[in-house]
Amino acid sequence: MPKAKSNTTKSRLNIQKTYKIYIGGKFPRTESGRYYKLKSADGDLLGNICLSSRKDFRNAVGAARGAFKGWSGKSAFNRSQILYRLGEMLEGRSAQFKEELVIQGATPKQAQAEVASSIDRLIYYAGWADKYQQVFSSVNPVASSHFNFTILEPTGVVAILAPEKSSLLGLVSVIAVTIAGGNTCVVLAAESAPLSAVTFSEVIHSSDVPGGVVNILTGRRKELLSQFTMHMDVNAIVYSDNDTETISKIKRDSTSNVKRAIIYKGMDWSSAAAESPYFISDVQETKTTWHPIGK
Amino acid sequence: MSATLTLDIPDFRNSPRVDEVGIEERVSRFTKRSIKTEAKNTGLRLILSMIDLTTLEGKDTEGKVRQLCYKARHLHDSMEGIPKVAAVCVYPSLVRIAKKELEGSGINVAAVATAFPSGQAPKAVKLADTKFAVKEGADEVDMVISRGKFLEGDYKFVFNEIGAVKEACGEAHLKVILETGELSTLDNIRRASDIALYAGADFIKTSTGKISPAATMQVTLVMLEAIRDYYYATGKMVGMKPAGGIAKSKLALHYLVMLKETLGNAWMTSKWFRFGASSLANDVLMQLAKQEYGNYQSMDYFSLD
Amino acid sequence: MAKQLVKKKKKSAGNGAAIDSALDFNSGWSYSPAPESTDHIEIKDKYGLFINGKFVRPSKGKYFATINPANEKKLAMVAEASEEDVDKAVKAARKAYNNVWSRMPAKERGKYIYRIARIMQERAREFAVIETLDGGKTIREARDVDVPLAAAHFFYYAGWADKLEYAFPGKSPQALGVAGQIIPWNFPLLMMAWKIAPALACGNTVVIKSAETTPLTSLKLAEVIQEAGLPDGVVNIITGAGATGAAIVNHPDINKIAFTGSTAVGKIIQSAIAGTDKKVTLELGGKAANIILDDAPIDQAVEGIINGIYFNQGHVCCAGSRLFVQEDVADIVVRKLKDRMESLIVGDPMDKNTDIGAINSKEQLNTINKYIKIGKSEGASFYQSSCELPSGKGFWCRPTLFLNVSQSHRIAQEEIFGPVLAVQTFRTVEEVLEKANNTPYGLSAGVWSDKGAKIFNMTNKLRAGVIWANTYNKFDPSSPFGGYKESGFGREGGLHGLSAYLKI
Repeated sequence: MPKAKSNTTKSRLNIQKTYKIYIGGKFPRTESGRYYKLKSADGDLLGNICLSSRKDFRNAVGAARGAFKGWSGKSAFNRSQILYRLGEMLEGRSAQFKEELVIQGATPKQAQAEVASSIDRLIYYAGWADKYQQVFSSVNPVASSHFNFTILEPTGVVAILAPEKSSLLGLVSVIAVTIAGGNTCVVLAAESAPLSAVTFSEVIHSSDVPGGVVNILTGRRKELLSQFTMHMDVNAIVYSDNDTETISKIKRDSTSNVKRAIIYKGMDWSSAAAESPYFISDVQETKTTWHPIGK
Repeated sequence: MSATLTLDIPDFRNSPRVDEVGIEERVSRFTKRSIKTEAKNTGLRLILSMIDLTTLEGKDTEGKVRQLCYKARHLHDSMEGIPKVAAVCVYPSLVRIAKKELEGSGINVAAVATAFPSGQAPKAVKLADTKFAVKEGADEVDMVISRGKFLEGDYKFVFNEIGAVKEACGEAHLKVILETGELSTLDNIRRASDIALYAGADFIKTSTGKISPAATMQVTLVMLEAIRDYYYATGKMVGMKPAGGIAKSKLALHYLVMLKETLGNAWMTSKWFRFGASSLANDVLMQLAKQEYGNYQSMDYFSLD
Repeated sequence: MAKQLVKKKKKSAGNGAAIDSALDFNSGWSYSPAPESTDHIEIKDKYGLFINGKFVRPSKGKYFATINPANEKKLAMVAEASEEDVDKAVKAARKAYNNVWSRMPAKERGKYIYRIARIMQERAREFAVIETLDGGKTIREARDVDVPLAAAHFFYYAGWADKLEYAFPGKSPQALGVAGQIIPWNFPLLMMAWKIAPALACGNTVVIKSAETTPLTSLKLAEVIQEAGLPDGVVNIITGAGATGAAIVNHPDINKIAFTGSTAVGKIIQSAIAGTDKKVTLELGGKAANIILDDAPIDQAVEGIINGIYFNQGHVCCAGSRLFVQEDVADIVVRKLKDRMESLIVGDPMDKNTDIGAINSKEQLNTINKYIKIGKSEGASFYQSSCELPSGKGFWCRPTLFLNVSQSHRIAQEEIFGPVLAVQTFRTVEEVLEKANNTPYGLSAGVWSDKGAKIFNMTNKLRAGVIWANTYNKFDPSSPFGGYKESGFGREGGLHGLSAYLKI
């Protein structure tokens, strides 16, 4: 329970929730021991949120890299089922998510809609997980005696700066498209509204998503941005807010190892345009294979 | 035969695999070599010297063989410096005639034997056929392998049969015809080549000329590569004879290129390479005449035997 | 006889212990010179910039020489485009985009591209000869690979022009506007085609710069574009060096940058446009693994190794420059490889029988020689074929290989872009996959095995954009090409190549 509403009730003292980060399927506190105070619009303390450090990020990338082989090697059908399971788990805990959205400033109606859309989005991409390959692959009619085909493969480890303005639906969207296609990721939660992300990590943990596939950090963007953009073992970086300076920095720093910089500027995650298999293909590589045809 | 006893006999089921498209690509590179002027002139003469002038028909007569033998010795007397062909290739019953006609010419007589072209006869008949040809004076024996047995997977039978024919040949050189047109795949052709090589063939040969397709560059390349591997493994050289379907000098030059770039210079003589062909010689002569006189030639000026 | 079949030792024919009796590829019958005729080729003394449908003088009046790397003779003077010239070209392209090209029915657009393809086919010989003169590649490759593939590329993309919505289900793709394109010197004409054809088919107009050492076929292509009657300004072809390229990259009115070249320059470009909305695709360097398993069709694999590293003098970003051979066939593969190297003819690129032509430039030859020196000092064992090199002028390098290379050697890590092969051995599939992927690059890879299941396992696990299984260095307009990781992003070729030039 968030701290603001949970100090006391009539009968007993409530247990307050500790907001932790999520790395490699575990819930550590930040190794730095630092935190920031998250307050509601009324100035109530909502929680002490971990200020993840560069080392936390490094550990998270390590966990994501470690999980990549297993996750990308799972069958698409299996990934589809796991995404569906995520949707189920979110549905089951929708009350908590609504409550957290509300104390972070949403109206009950808005919160209700965002949670519902988030669940539906997971189900939507669960459906795509074993279909996008068929939409985007091709058999190429080369002129020589070869069988030639092109398929998509996950880009690898994706660093995600979760949308600041859509702390649950945006978060769920970018994570879903990333893992539906077999990538693993390290996500930095919305700085101003991190509660949904932390709680969503618990949903992930209670689904069948293997540890390390999704890693969720909380903390300051400014502090961690360079870590996200410069890490040499991150293959792609996703950003979906509008700060042009950040966008330039991401694009510029991505040259360190030719990261794929995927920018969704001005995206409204509740719009119809925010739902499409092309988001999955954005974090995919295209592989073409040739083989002779002979006897 | 005792020589083969000291060899490691490979398991022919494990013969190297061949990729057909890769073979096609390599062959296409050979055909893109441009053979001009001096290289062409030398090459054409080399081709003539490698020809086994062949007549293998039911209607062959002594007269026909005599004419062919004369042609073998006198390819085109109106031009100077034309080499003789390597051999004349006939049925065993006509070996004696050919031998007599070619006496003192240095041209070998080759006889097809072992129930040519099908090879469908008992071993005893095949050996008798071989011995007869050798007794009649054949310098070279062109045998056929038992393709049926090969396709049944009875490699031991095929191997032993070649060994027995080799023994029956005595001093005569043994060319082993795989009849590649019946073996269907390049993998099979490679495997049959290996069997023949390890069983003691002096030459391996593509075809009888009675089955289509006969020699192709693709098939010949696979066989040349088998010869190369055998040489790598044993240090022994074995000859190669593509037969049937090589009628034009341009194609024959492509074969020479392939030979040169696969086995190298040591194989570039009639001792190690032959063309089994009946009409190739005239086309080569026409080309040589064109080289010499500068104008394109007509078949009317070259004897048909 | 039957008893002889009892095997003393199981081994397959041909892969046994090698006996040291060398094959002789050098004496005896040899090919006479077979030079391609240059009679019908017209190269002007001086070329301007192709802007707005006309050849124009460069604003600063500066020209540079392009030479034949086989004899170091000057072929022509070529204009050096300044920032001002680039601006002119971009303005022409913008005007053509706004007024003509974006308004033209897609079907008509396609027909213009078809025209280009057809005229290129008609003038194929001329293109091949000039490509060889200017770049040093063999006439055989220019004639059989570069030019036909370039024409085919235009032909393929022409047909897409009016069918784009079928390529992107659920979307209505739109052109981007003006595309700025920069291409390398290794496949000058082919890279022009790879860049221009999809850009035009998708409805964009183009400003393209050819490489400093190989501008001539790009200027010949300008003639074709004139001949095809393409509206003025739709394609602008300029020449120059790095500064000209930078002016394209930095021009504010360009919507898309497409670059093929080194990873170092690619990073500079990516960085330079970070603050803009320019769309970018990069096709960068590589250090591809070519993997020979013990059950491979060995002779064809050897041919694949040769084609993988010695094609186009090794000036190929997807060259199979790291050879991995399974230990139990390493001896025979290396032996065959050396024999095959002996039959390669190095020399006059214009001779139809030449297999390896001239190194593209003095600078590149120096780079290659630097790496050969490094390889030797790293202790790898060095081998070159024994062929004679042309005497006198020109830039030449024998086909080269290094044996006993280890993963930590620089010659196994860095792109050499020349006919230099680094050979390593391995024991297991897991080991070789790990080594093959242990590189910042990910452009291409090769796998040779007779076993389908093994092939799919490996093609699946190799982290590269193009995988050749039982073949190597094959290209086709319908086949997407491009890399993973530091080999770049975006694809060229095929349906997937369209998205580089569209708003989707």
